[in-house]
Amino acid sequence: MMRREQILNGAVLLGLIAVPLWAWSSGEPFIITLATKVAVLGLAGVGLNIALGTGGLVSLGHAAFFGIGGYAMGILASHAQQYVPLFEWPLLVEGTKSMPVIWLVAIVFSGLAALLIGALSLRTSGVYFIMITLAFAQMLYYFAISWPAYGGEDGMAIYVRNSFPGLNTLDPIQFFAITFVILCMTLWFNARLVRSPFGTALAAARQNAERVEAVGIDPYKLRLAAFVISGMITGLAGALFADLNRFVSPTMFGWHLSGELIVFVILGGTGRLLGPVVGAAIFITLEHVLGGISEYWQIFLGVLLLGVVLVARGGVIAVIAGKGVAHD
Amino acid sequence: MTDVVLSCTKISKAFGALQASKDVSLDLQAGEIHALIGPNGAGKSTLIRQISGAMKPDRGTVHFLGHDVTRLSAIERARLGLGRSFQISSVIPDFTVLQNVALAVLGDEGNSFHFFRDLLKGRPTVERAETCIARVGLEDRRAVRAADLAHGERRRLEIATALALEPRAFLLDEPMAGMGAEGASEMTRLLDTLRHEAPILLIEHDMDAVFALANRISVLVYGEIIATGTSDEIRSNAEVRRAYLGEEETA
Ligand SMILES: Nc1ncnc2c1ncn2[C@@H]1O[C@H](COP(=O)(O)OP(=O)(O)OP(=O)(O)O)[C@@H](O)[C@H]1O
Ligand SMILES: [Mg+2]
Repeated sequence: MMRREQILNGAVLLGLIAVPLWAWSSGEPFIITLATKVAVLGLAGVGLNIALGTGGLVSLGHAAFFGIGGYAMGILASHAQQYVPLFEWPLLVEGTKSMPVIWLVAIVFSGLAALLIGALSLRTSGVYFIMITLAFAQMLYYFAISWPAYGGEDGMAIYVRNSFPGLNTLDPIQFFAITFVILCMTLWFNARLVRSPFGTALAAARQNAERVEAVGIDPYKLRLAAFVISGMITGLAGALFADLNRFVSPTMFGWHLSGELIVFVILGGTGRLLGPVVGAAIFITLEHVLGGISEYWQIFLGVLLLGVVLVARGGVIAVIAGKGVAHD
Repeated sequence: MTDVVLSCTKISKAFGALQASKDVSLDLQAGEIHALIGPNGAGKSTLIRQISGAMKPDRGTVHFLGHDVTRLSAIERARLGLGRSFQISSVIPDFTVLQNVALAVLGDEGNSFHFFRDLLKGRPTVERAETCIARVGLEDRRAVRAADLAHGERRRLEIATALALEPRAFLLDEPMAGMGAEGASEMTRLLDTLRHEAPILLIEHDMDAVFALANRISVLVYGEIIATGTSDEIRSNAEVRRAYLGEEETA
């Protein structure tokens, strides 16, 4: 069972390289952009999956971290393109067009936000947790709308994609390679995490918190750490998404986005390593193929989602690779 | 003189009009099995919950190893060395037997914040877990999901989990419930050896086991302890016979 899922995971990642390589050789840059979108939104979903799949924390507010990552990119890059420092006092902080620096800032700030939001919302559970996470993301959404310095409702355009040492990020296939490598590294980290003492205790707390408490482990601390890790990954994805579009806007904070991330996770398979990537791939393919036919393409998505929830609880991965036990 | 490991003093707890614990005082001494018996709904599990920290008493105090732990959470009390089993088996259903016990070892080591190491490749952790599994006789079932275990096996898994904490006192809520004669006698033998590692506060309806094991017995009726004594004293106590043991004669 386990082996079948590993083979499937390998096939999914191979497919995710093969499609843009084919598009590159046959001169279809738009397909490369779609594949990059799958990698980036898949990455955001991988972040959510740590909270939702492993930790059982149904966050309807992960757009908060996605948006923070996006605005980290937007703010740093817009200052750099206007040659205006962010602060001059107490020390000079300038904008930057360097991707690694932007990613670091995105990860740190989305992690801090997750720490704050998690510390408050994890005191509740169930539907209250869903509502509180949603409320925090909405607060950030309205904050972004009413912040004219950074584009307000219109958002911010960044004219030239940010740079990465040694690569030409304007070349779609090279930018895809960056996002793909980050996705693979994160998946590797996630796979280790799930088998680690922390991941084991977190999964245990999802299934039976009382049991975890009875052996002297605090589920709250586990969940908070998971929420922070989850938020950092989704924040990094937000920075990449902004770079992909060279544009940031308050919609990155919107509940639509939070909902889409949940859809990726459920569609692909909750708690499955590659679930969110498969979910994002299906979503974006449907959007591309059916979106051209009808603007109501999401109806098909809805039917598919219903099918998954009613018939195949473990998502597409479970349908293909079997239910299996996620751990040994 | 005697070595008191765990004690509760004048514990009271009400659920609305229902008085589930009424000024309950009791202690657990080193090396003993102290059985807590009483009819259904007497408040035995409620008392265990207050001792373990899962529920706060309205009044009264709990002392463990010389500390006042009344204000400590269940997590903190477990870390001090209170190992418990639940009346309704409480396991991690999707985990294997080995993973369930390894989780407890992890709790005892205070080591759950490692993000990279593979838990099941950690030699000392797995070896400790396997020792506990062997002690309850589940070594052939170590790779089976807890959800797929038979009822009696799940009860034993809970004991293995409690063992893995290397506790200073055990709180066991009906460990033999629904086990069958053979399982119950195996469990009796195991608990008999266990008391020398840490004293046991044992809730049990199986009277053969209670009389065979208990150094002392306390009888709880309507939230109140009506008698505490040795097996013989309890057997011959008129009030106990009327309130509790007598029920069996008339039934
Ligand atoms: N959380 C609660 N809220 C309200 N009432 C409760 C609660 N927990 C227990 N009770 C009630 O308190 C009384 C004592 O329950 P408890 O479970 O402690 O009994 P017990 O002695 O363990 O019984 P049994 O032998 O059946 O396990 C029962 O009447 C029960 O219905
Ligand atoms: Mg009970």
